[in-house]
Amino acid sequence: MNTNNVNPASDTYRLWSGGLWIDNPALVKLLGLCPLLAVSNNVINGLGLGIATLLTLVIANALTSITRPLLMTSIRIPIYVLIIATTVTIIELLMEAWLPGLHASLGIFLPLIVTNCLIIGRAEAFASRNTLPSSLTDAFAMGIGFLWVLLVLGGLREIIGQGTLLDQADLLFGDRATAWTVHLFNPDSGMLLALLPPGAFITLGLLLAAKNVIDNAYQQKADKT
Amino acid sequence: MNNLTVKASYVLAGSVLIAMLALLIINALTSERISQSQQQFKSQSLMEVLPAGPFDYSPLEKSHFIESKALSPNSPVEVFPVYKDGLPLAAALTLIAPDGYNGSIKILLGVSVDGTIIASRVLDHNETPGLGDDIELRKSTWINSFSSTSLETLPDSQWNIKKEGGQFDGFTGATITPRAVVKAIHRALVWYESNSKQVFIQT
Repeated sequence: MNTNNVNPASDTYRLWSGGLWIDNPALVKLLGLCPLLAVSNNVINGLGLGIATLLTLVIANALTSITRPLLMTSIRIPIYVLIIATTVTIIELLMEAWLPGLHASLGIFLPLIVTNCLIIGRAEAFASRNTLPSSLTDAFAMGIGFLWVLLVLGGLREIIGQGTLLDQADLLFGDRATAWTVHLFNPDSGMLLALLPPGAFITLGLLLAAKNVIDNAYQQKADKT
Repeated sequence: MNNLTVKASYVLAGSVLIAMLALLIINALTSERISQSQQQFKSQSLMEVLPAGPFDYSPLEKSHFIESKALSPNSPVEVFPVYKDGLPLAAALTLIAPDGYNGSIKILLGVSVDGTIIASRVLDHNETPGLGDDIELRKSTWINSFSSTSLETLPDSQWNIKKEGGQFDGFTGATITPRAVVKAIHRALVWYESNSKQVFIQT
């Protein structure tokens, strides 16, 4: 991917379509799969981790892009790690203070955002070579690309596994959200497999397949015309 | 040492300083709120397993740690005695069941001074979702089957799951989880019968 000297105006579309679909971090680059698979057992966990990752990505990309003049090749990796680890720690502290329930339910996967190669990857491949506005666009596009896959994965696993949607919404939105939970069928008849780790791999595999089918169909249509 | 190395060290040191400063500030801003919400979570769980107040002191005020293999095999656990009119009324004990299916299960057990269980809650566990997590009140009312039992109402042999000749329901497909909880609560009651003095130390 050529990311040097982009012209922000004409490339905004390319950045967005790249992050959301063509170069989707979760479906194409398969980056950050550890948290993606581990906490996608329901929509709310997926949303919580997705937002935390998006925030980290935006802040890390912005800081990397701003500090470009100071970045030297020899120390750029420690600087990225410092920026990302600090950002994640700050987000974790804020979440523990204001959303303690969600913090407990995301557990170890929140600090593990530090090791999500998606973030350091964008800092190295994009933000360190581009202006602040396009780095921000890139961060939002990639972050939302990651978020929607987490949401779809979490939603599918929650529906198949326990027959609900938006279970535990109160962790993220406060007590009034307890009523948001949609019960689709009796939880006892859910397919437990979907909630367990193998279910995460199988569901992600099916999503990848679905994306390829859509891309192929689109390609064939384009070839015919 | 060339100029570039010196400059790199300055940049790195400066960045570390800025990061430290940012973390210090955020930590100072959040630490009070974090400990507050942890306290609130604790006292909320305590209210669920203790009799209705008012007590002489809040349960958090007189809490202390006890080291006992019967309550927790490895680490000391916190106990919360409550008093009324200067006399022991009940206590909440934290227990660790070390033999869950996926590691230890943390339980909060409320017992009155005569050894009757008031209520119990699972605070923390890693059991299999959909199979073992029926120990959570959010998923099933199983944990309430301990309420108002004691060593007197149930002989020792009955402190097991039904499949193994005891009194308590097991879960379909999960034997280890409920058994671990039943056994841990039983061990705690036996310990409490002869050691309640250690819980009610007036300080």
